[in-house]
Amino acid sequence: MFDEWLDKYEYLIELGKSLKDYPESSKTDENLIKGCQSRVWLDYKVEDGKILFNADSDAIITKGIISLLIRIYSGRTAPEILSSDFSVVDRIGLKENLSPTRANGLVSMISKIREIAAEIEGAD
Amino acid sequence: MTVENLREYFPALSRKVYGKELVYLDNAATSQRPRTVIDEWERITIQSNANIHRAVHLMAEEATQAYEQAREAARAYINAREREEIVFTSGATAAINLVAFSFGEAFVSAGDEVVVTECEHHSNIVPWQMMCLRKGAVLKVLPVDDRGELKTDMLEGLCTERTRIVAVTHISNVLGIVNPVKRIAGICHAKGIPVLVDGAQGIVHSAVDVQDLDCDFYAFSGHKIYAAPGTGVLYGKRRWLDAMPPYMGGGEMVGTVRFTGTTYAPLPLKFEAGTQNFAGAATLSPALAMAAQMMDDSQIGENQRAVRDYMMDVLGSDSRITLYGNPVDREEKIPLFSFSVKGAHHEDLALILDKMGIAVRSGQMCAEPLMDRFGVSGMLRVSFAPYNTMQEAEYFVKCLGRAVDMLI
Repeated sequence: MFDEWLDKYEYLIELGKSLKDYPESSKTDENLIKGCQSRVWLDYKVEDGKILFNADSDAIITKGIISLLIRIYSGRTAPEILSSDFSVVDRIGLKENLSPTRANGLVSMISKIREIAAEIEGAD
Repeated sequence: MTVENLREYFPALSRKVYGKELVYLDNAATSQRPRTVIDEWERITIQSNANIHRAVHLMAEEATQAYEQAREAARAYINAREREEIVFTSGATAAINLVAFSFGEAFVSAGDEVVVTECEHHSNIVPWQMMCLRKGAVLKVLPVDDRGELKTDMLEGLCTERTRIVAVTHISNVLGIVNPVKRIAGICHAKGIPVLVDGAQGIVHSAVDVQDLDCDFYAFSGHKIYAAPGTGVLYGKRRWLDAMPPYMGGGEMVGTVRFTGTTYAPLPLKFEAGTQNFAGAATLSPALAMAAQMMDDSQIGENQRAVRDYMMDVLGSDSRITLYGNPVDREEKIPLFSFSVKGAHHEDLALILDKMGIAVRSGQMCAEPLMDRFGVSGMLRVSFAPYNTMQEAEYFVKCLGRAVDMLI
C-alpha cells in the first residue's frame, strides 16, 4: 500500500517541481491562502476573458497538488470555473487520504479559485 | 519491565496504519492511554454516571468518590500540601486562562508587568496578552539562547517593582529542555513575585514536587500524561487561590445565592463551576499510577535515555539537519526533537512519514514566536513516550532518510 502512496507522492513532487517560476514579488499576503500548514500563494491574470493562474508553495507536495488544480482551471473563463462541481478533488483520489488539515488546505485552494472567478464575473 | 511488556498495556499501540505497524511519535501532543484508564472511564460511564457533589444517591456518591480520589492522586503526584490546592480544569490551557483572568482581576492594574519567556506555547502567551490588554499591563519576554536554553541570568534585570507574575514553561514543547524553574522561582520570590509553571510537558518527563520547586502555580493536562482528554489540573498555593475571584460563575461554586449578592464556595469548588468532566477526571488516578510506575522503572528509564542519546547523535551528525533545543548538559533534554532538514519542508516530510506508519508533528507547534526566533516557518517534531522502543527510533531514522531522498 505504501508503494502506491510513494508513486502518488513522487508524481506530485515531479508536478510541483515543474510548476512555473512564481515571482517573489507576488508572494503577498493578499495572494496567501490560509488554512494550509504550508504556505500557498495563488496569483492570476485575465487574458481574453480567460483566467490564468500561477501558484507557489514552500512545500513541494502541496505545490504538486495545486499544480494539478491549475492544470484543470487555468485558461478557463469565470463562468466555466463557477459551473464546475469541483468533484475533481475526489476523482484524483487525494481528499479522503489526506489529513483533515491537509484536506482543508485543498478546500481552501479551491475556495480561493472560486472566489477569484466570482470576483471576475461580478466585475464584467 | 521491558518496553515490550509495557506496550501491552496500551491497546492503541498495536493498531496498524496503511497496513503498517503504527510508530507513534507524537506523544508530546497526546499520549496513548493504558487499558486501566480506558477501564476507569468505562466503569464510571456504565456504573456511576451521576452528577458529582450534588445528590445523595449511591451513583452520585460513587462518582463523587472517584472524582475526589483523582484529586488526591493529583495532589500526591505533585506533592501539593493540601487537596484544596488542586483545581480540576479541562486542561493546561484552561488552567492558565483561569490564573491569567482571576489573578489579573485581583492583582494587576495599569502599568504593571507580566513576564513570559520566548519558548512558551501559545497557551502560556495569549491568556497573558489578553489579560494585559484588559488591564493596561505590559508583557515582557525572557529570551532563549541559540541552544534553546533560557537566558535565566537576564531574569533579575527583567523583573521590576511593577512585575506582578512570571509565567514559564517547565519544558518547552518545541525544545524539550528542562528549564530551571526552581532557580527561577527563587529569583522571583526574592522580589516578591509569584511564578506560574506551565507543566504540560514537565509533568510527563520529570518528577514534579511543587513544594520543592516552590512555584506558586503549576498547570498540566491529562491527555499528555495518559489520562482522558478534556482533563487537567491547576495547582495553586492556597494563599493565592483564596485571594483570587472565581473565573466562572455557576452551579456548585457558590456558598449562598441571593439576587442581592452571592458568596462563593471554599476551595477548590470556587473554581469548578458547572458539571465537571468527572468521568475524565477520574481517569487521572490510573493514569498517574501508570506514569509513576514507568518513572520508577529503571529498565524503562534506561531505554528512554538510550533513545534520547541515539536520536541526539543521529540528528547531530547529519549536516542537513538543524536540531532546535541542544542543551549543554544532555541530561536536561527529554526525548523530544524538533528539527528542520535543509531543502525539505516539514509538512512534506510529515506526509511521507505518515504513509510509512510514523505519526509525527509538523508546523509551528503553537509556538510562533519561537519559530520566528529560529527563523523558520515550522519544524518537524518527534516526541517519544516510555513505550517507544529503540527499534522504532531506528525505523524512524531510516524512513526519514528515505523521505529526504524523495524530496531533495
